[in-house]
Formats: sequence, structure tokens, C-alpha cells
Amino acid sequence: MSSMLKKAIVVSIPSVRQALARSNPVLANALLAKRSYNSKGGVEMTVRDALNAALEEEMTADEKVFLMGEEVGQYNGAYKVSKGLLDKFGPKRVIDTPITESGFCGLAVGSAFAGLKPVCEFMTWNFAMQAIDQIVNSAAKTHYMSGGNVDCPITFRGPNGAAAGVAAQHSQCFAAWYGSVPGLKVVSPWNSEDAKGLLKAAIRDPNPVVVLENELMYGVSFPMSEAALSKDFVVEIGKAKVEKEGTDVTIVAHSRSVGFALEAAHLLEKEGICSVEVINLRSIRPLDTETIIKSVKKTNRLVTVEGGWPQYGVGSEICAQIMESEAFDHLDAPVVRVTGADVPTPYAQNLETFAFPDTDVIVRVVKRTLHKKIGAN
Amino acid sequence: MYARITARALAITVPAKAVKAAPAIATSAKTFSTSVSSMKADKKERVKVHFPGALDSHFSQVLEIREKMEPIDTFRVMDTDGKVLDPALEPDVTEEFATKIYKDMLTLNVMDLILYEAQRQGRISFYMTNAGEEAYIGSAAALEPEDEIFGQYREAGTLLYRGFTLDQFMNQCYSNDMDLGKGRQMPIHYGSKALHFQTISSPLATQLPQASGAAYAIKRSGKKNCVMCYFGEGAASEGDFHAALNIAATTSAPVIFFCRNNGFAISTPASEQYKGDGIASRGVGYGMHTIRVDGNDLWAVYKATQEARKIAVEKHKPVLIEAMTYRIGHHSTSDDSSAYRSKKEVEDWKRHDNPMVRMRKWLESKGWWDEARENNHKSQQRTAVLKAFAAAEKRPKPKVSEMFNDVYDKLTPNLLEQKKELEEMLKKYPEHYDTSNFTKEN
Repeated sequence: MSSMLKKAIVVSIPSVRQALARSNPVLANALLAKRSYNSKGGVEMTVRDALNAALEEEMTADEKVFLMGEEVGQYNGAYKVSKGLLDKFGPKRVIDTPITESGFCGLAVGSAFAGLKPVCEFMTWNFAMQAIDQIVNSAAKTHYMSGGNVDCPITFRGPNGAAAGVAAQHSQCFAAWYGSVPGLKVVSPWNSEDAKGLLKAAIRDPNPVVVLENELMYGVSFPMSEAALSKDFVVEIGKAKVEKEGTDVTIVAHSRSVGFALEAAHLLEKEGICSVEVINLRSIRPLDTETIIKSVKKTNRLVTVEGGWPQYGVGSEICAQIMESEAFDHLDAPVVRVTGADVPTPYAQNLETFAFPDTDVIVRVVKRTLHKKIGAN
Repeated sequence: MYARITARALAITVPAKAVKAAPAIATSAKTFSTSVSSMKADKKERVKVHFPGALDSHFSQVLEIREKMEPIDTFRVMDTDGKVLDPALEPDVTEEFATKIYKDMLTLNVMDLILYEAQRQGRISFYMTNAGEEAYIGSAAALEPEDEIFGQYREAGTLLYRGFTLDQFMNQCYSNDMDLGKGRQMPIHYGSKALHFQTISSPLATQLPQASGAAYAIKRSGKKNCVMCYFGEGAASEGDFHAALNIAATTSAPVIFFCRNNGFAISTPASEQYKGDGIASRGVGYGMHTIRVDGNDLWAVYKATQEARKIAVEKHKPVLIEAMTYRIGHHSTSDDSSAYRSKKEVEDWKRHDNPMVRMRKWLESKGWWDEARENNHKSQQRTAVLKAFAAAEKRPKPKVSEMFNDVYDKLTPNLLEQKKELEEMLKKYPEHYDTSNFTKEN
């Protein structure tokens, strides 16, 4: 990846954020979400600080944990997730690398084979494509191929999914890519509790774990429960969370889309249209089909929401799983996927807005689903 | 090709003193320049640059367009007849040590012959031989048993040297219930935790950055060990090679990158693989200690690796060794090399610069080897290999349930579901799914 590109992204963040605050409903949406539905607690924390706390706690707890990536040390991370870690843990455990994804990713994988617990930061998951062979062909498969003799306790992390104003090569979701690989675990946090608990679980997990964060969520604050503030707090990988209970329709979402889903649920209930159950997927692989099936059996309707592309996506997999399960017989309407548009992300702001699902789209889709019936013309 | 290389290599004499201190290690490259005299003339006024990217450079008023560096010499100890060229380089080793190395080289040949034929008979699916490159065993002999090895695929000899048994080789090639890899990998993808040999990974060059990582782990642990990483000159064209060398240099990782430059990447000759002075010239470019060695000369390979290991372990620095050799066998059983090189060329190499012959003649000159011992060891090993081979062929395959284990440390819900589904299917339709050749489930 060219360093110029990366610099461009880093530099553009503040202005992007300002633009967002003016024009994008993300922040308002998230604030609404936390007010209405999140764990009760007195302390607020940004997703960025939650990730930072997770790293700091796990590095304190286990000498074998170390962080490496481009700009993670001196610069405190391109998105400041690793702020203060170099000062606290020194250059032996917070390692700035040359711009070579396959190089430092391979180095991290090799150090995991040798017994360390690396956290390999990609400045964004877009750049990890340079290193995907190391992730898929080496990290994910070596435990199996070695007959269980070689462990690979590694965490790959970084921002994933569409950002704002950075166009096609920096705005895409890799959940479906990594979610299809046996041997990898894949998590996708939405709020600060997710971020802290899932990252800590990933670092402690003896398997390779892909942590798909979201740049647009880094600066968003959420309340943290008493439990989530503890250094012992972890979120179990492979378990979804029912963020909000409801009776008429189930929305399953992951990452930033959870906020939109919650806002849509809130609006639909305020208008007296329906009661919505919102499931925050949290883990992409293993996929908690049990929680989804249970919910569908109760609500009889299902809408999936994600920022990724439609074809072979997370929503597609959920549809297939529901088709193959007993929940299929409980469906009153066909499952609908709400996804990103099936195009490379455009740069122009108005086009970019069209390319990704938001609250309004979800509200419209849910309304339509309520009026549909299986077998009806 | 052969004549040219031999002639040049023979002409080189290595001063004994230099060898003791640091044999043929180029820490800075001498350069050809079109304007040496004018550069000398303004030597006094030479001013170092202040740019952070090249702190050792000087400003110059001469526009220099450089194409070549002086080619790096190829270190050798013995000539092609196994005669030590400089008495100061006479290996200081015991008879037991030297004959163990040669015996392993012979055993490797015997095993290769039998398993290659087994593949041709359809009894195993794939194989790769080591013929022509056996002297790389000298590099294994220069390591300590706890130095981690990351191989490419043609390094069975290093495992043999470390004590991997014939049964273990055969069990892996037959993917039976005794295979350490539980039958999950193609033949020759060996691995042994006990012998510090990382399981072979098929995609080329992935082992290079991983070796840098394992070296970083060793450095952190404070252990007096290093990592040895093998690869070919073809793999050195992969991006991972460049990434690995750069990151090993910048993180000061104690790793030896050992390039077996055997002249061919499957069919692509080295002349089409790269343009520069082999692979060694790149090591200097990455600011790394670099050695080029005659890869058919066991004692040169041994000595070079010994010195490289010292640098890696004592100075915590990576070293690149380029061992020049020639692949006598086909690339693998999927290859027929007569399509891209003449049989005569291969025969010439076999006859004129054979690492086996060179080592054997050296041993004979010491009175440590003779025809009788040669025949005796060969027939003994042939019997042993055939015995292990037959035993491995007869053994059952691993349990069917092993298909689902080790994807993760524990079975995930979807794996449990798949496992259950398969069990039910096998139970329901035993006439369609013959599992008699598999180990019974408990």
C-alpha cells in the first residue's frame, strides 16, 4: 500500500469527522442508541478508549501480549487506539513496523507459532489484503495442518467497513471474507462494551481472531457498566446479544449497523407500528444461529442489516441458516437483507450516502416486511 | 554454465586470517564506479548528507548512474574432488561427526529413491527429492538442536540430521494414524515440535516473515538460539521475501535466511528469475550480513552457517546465506525437467560437481570411509527404509473424527453439528461409506 495513501487517510480524519458531525446521522444515532437501550452505568467511554483499555489491560496481565503495526508506537496509532502504550510498555512490546503488511503480519504469525500472543494492527483492513495469505493460509490453518501441534494465538485488528469520504479502496467490509474461513474466529463490535470485551476475549483466545472495528465508531461514546469497567470483563466470542427485546420483527445487525437498527426500532415503536427485537451479532464466526432462531420463532419476521455487499454476505449466510433450520416454518414473511449497494464505494458524498443502509431504509424495509406474507401474491 | 562457475570459484583463494575473523562476510559492498579518480580527487571536501534516509552517503558533483555492484564471491573449502584448497580451512571435526553427516546424506538419497518410485507407482500422491543439494545438511550440522527451523519443502535432510526417524517420514507420506500431522497435509509437509521444525507451508515464501517473528520471540526470551529459514531463489521473487528481510533487519531478529539457489524455480531458470547478482546482493541492500557459498561443498556450507549463527545469536542480527547449487532431480513428482533442460546438462553436473562425491572423497582422504562402508550403509538403509515403508503403508488412516479436531482448540457449534451429521450418515449407509481402513473411534 502506498504510504501516500495512508497518510492521506490519517490527515483527512479530523475534517471528515467535522463533516460527519454536520451531515451524517451517525453520532446522533449512536447517542440515541445509548440513551435508550444500552447498559445502565455512570461512566461513558468512547469505542477508541475501550479498545485502548482492552489492550492496556491484556498487556499488563500477560507479558506475552505485544502490539505491532504501522504507526502504533510513536504516533500512538493512526487512529490513536494505541495511545500511551509505547510509554507504558516500551518498544519491545509496542513495535512500529515498516510499511509491509505481509512482512509484519507474517512476523506476528511466526511469533505466535513461537509462543507469543501478538496483536497485529492493520491501519485499516483494506491494507490487510496484502497479507491475507498469512491470515488465511498460515494463521488459520497451521493448528489443523500440524495435527494440533502448533498453536497460533494471534489477534488481527483494525478498522473495517465503510469509512467516510475515502472512496472504494478504503470503504469495504471484510466480514464475509474472513467469516468464511475455518480456523479463524471473527468478531465485529458495535459499542464500547463490545469493543473492550471482544478485544480482550480475542487476545485471550488460543485461536487466531479477526477483530473488525469501525473507524466511524471510534469517537462515539457509550456508557460502560460496572462490570465492563473491570479488568476481568470479556464478551464471549460466538454469542450474539439481544440489544432490545420485541415481539413483531427481528433485526439482526453487526458493527455500526446495530446503531441504525436500534434507532429504526425506536422510531417504529414511537409511531406505534410494531415492536422490534434487535440482535447485535457481535461474532461473525462462530455465528450464533441459536439466538437468531429463537428470536425468529418468537417474532416470525426477520430483517438483516449490514454495511457489506449483498452477494455472499453476512445477511445471505443468515438467510441460508434460517432456511435450513426449524425457524423457517415460523416465518410469516420472507427474510429481507438490507446491505450496502453492490458497487465499489463512490467518493462523492451524496453517492456515498446512497451506498449504505441507514435508519430510514431499515424503517421502510421493516414496514414492508410487516405487510408481506409467505404465499401471498 | 557449469564450467564457468567452477572456473571462477576455483580461482578464489581465501586468506586464512580473514576466514578466522569473518569469512567472506561482506559488510559493505565495494563498488564499480566510472569516476573513481575524480571522487578521490575531491575526497577532502566530501560532505556527508543530512537526509534521514541515507546517513552514510556523501554529496558529489559527479552524476553517477550505477548498474552493478562488484559480484559477491562464492566461498568454498573443498574443490570438486573433495580436496581442501587452503590447509587453514581444514575442518576441525571428529570422524563420528563427519561420517554421521555423510551417512545422513546417503540415507536421504536412498529414501528419496524409494519414495519417488512409490509415487510413480501411485502409492503416495506426491514427492520431492533432494538430489544435487544434499550438502545443505551441512547447515543443519552447524545449528544447535533448539534452533527453530522453517523449511520450504526440500529440506528433509535437516530433519533426518536432527533425528526424525524413517518411520516418522513414512508415516507422514502415508498420512496414517501415526502421522504427527494426523493425515492433514500432502506428503513431505513434515513438521516436528520436538525437533523444532515448523510444519511445512505450501504457499511459497510465507515461512520467511514467520521466521523473523519466531526469531523475535527467541530474542525476547533471551535464549541463545536463532531461527534457520530455508527457501529457493524462485521464492525470493515473492513479496514475502522482501518483506521478511526488511523486517528482520529493522527488528534485528536473530534469523539466518538460507537460500538454496539451485538454478531453477520448477522450469524457470535463474537467468529469467532475476537480473542482479543472485540473491546475495539483496541482503546487502537490506543492510544485512551476507554470505555466498558453494552449496555443493558441505564444509563450506557448514562453516558459513557456523559463522552466520554466531552473528545471529551473539549480535542479534539477521544473516543471508546464498548457497549456489544445482537441482539434479525434477522439481517434484509433478514435473519432468527434460522439458526445459537437457539430460546431458544434468549428467554433467552429477559427474563433475556432486556434493556426495566431494564429501565422500574428503572422508576417504581422511581414511574414514571406503567402498565397503559405502555399500554396507546403503544396503542397510535400503532395508530399513523398505521396512518402514511397508509398515507405514499397512497402518490404518487416522480416525474419521480427526477431520473436525484442531480447526480450533475446541469444537465450535457448527463443527459439532457437521460431526454429528457425518456420524449419522456413516451409521445409516455403511455399504456406501467404507471406513474399514480408518482407525476405530473410541
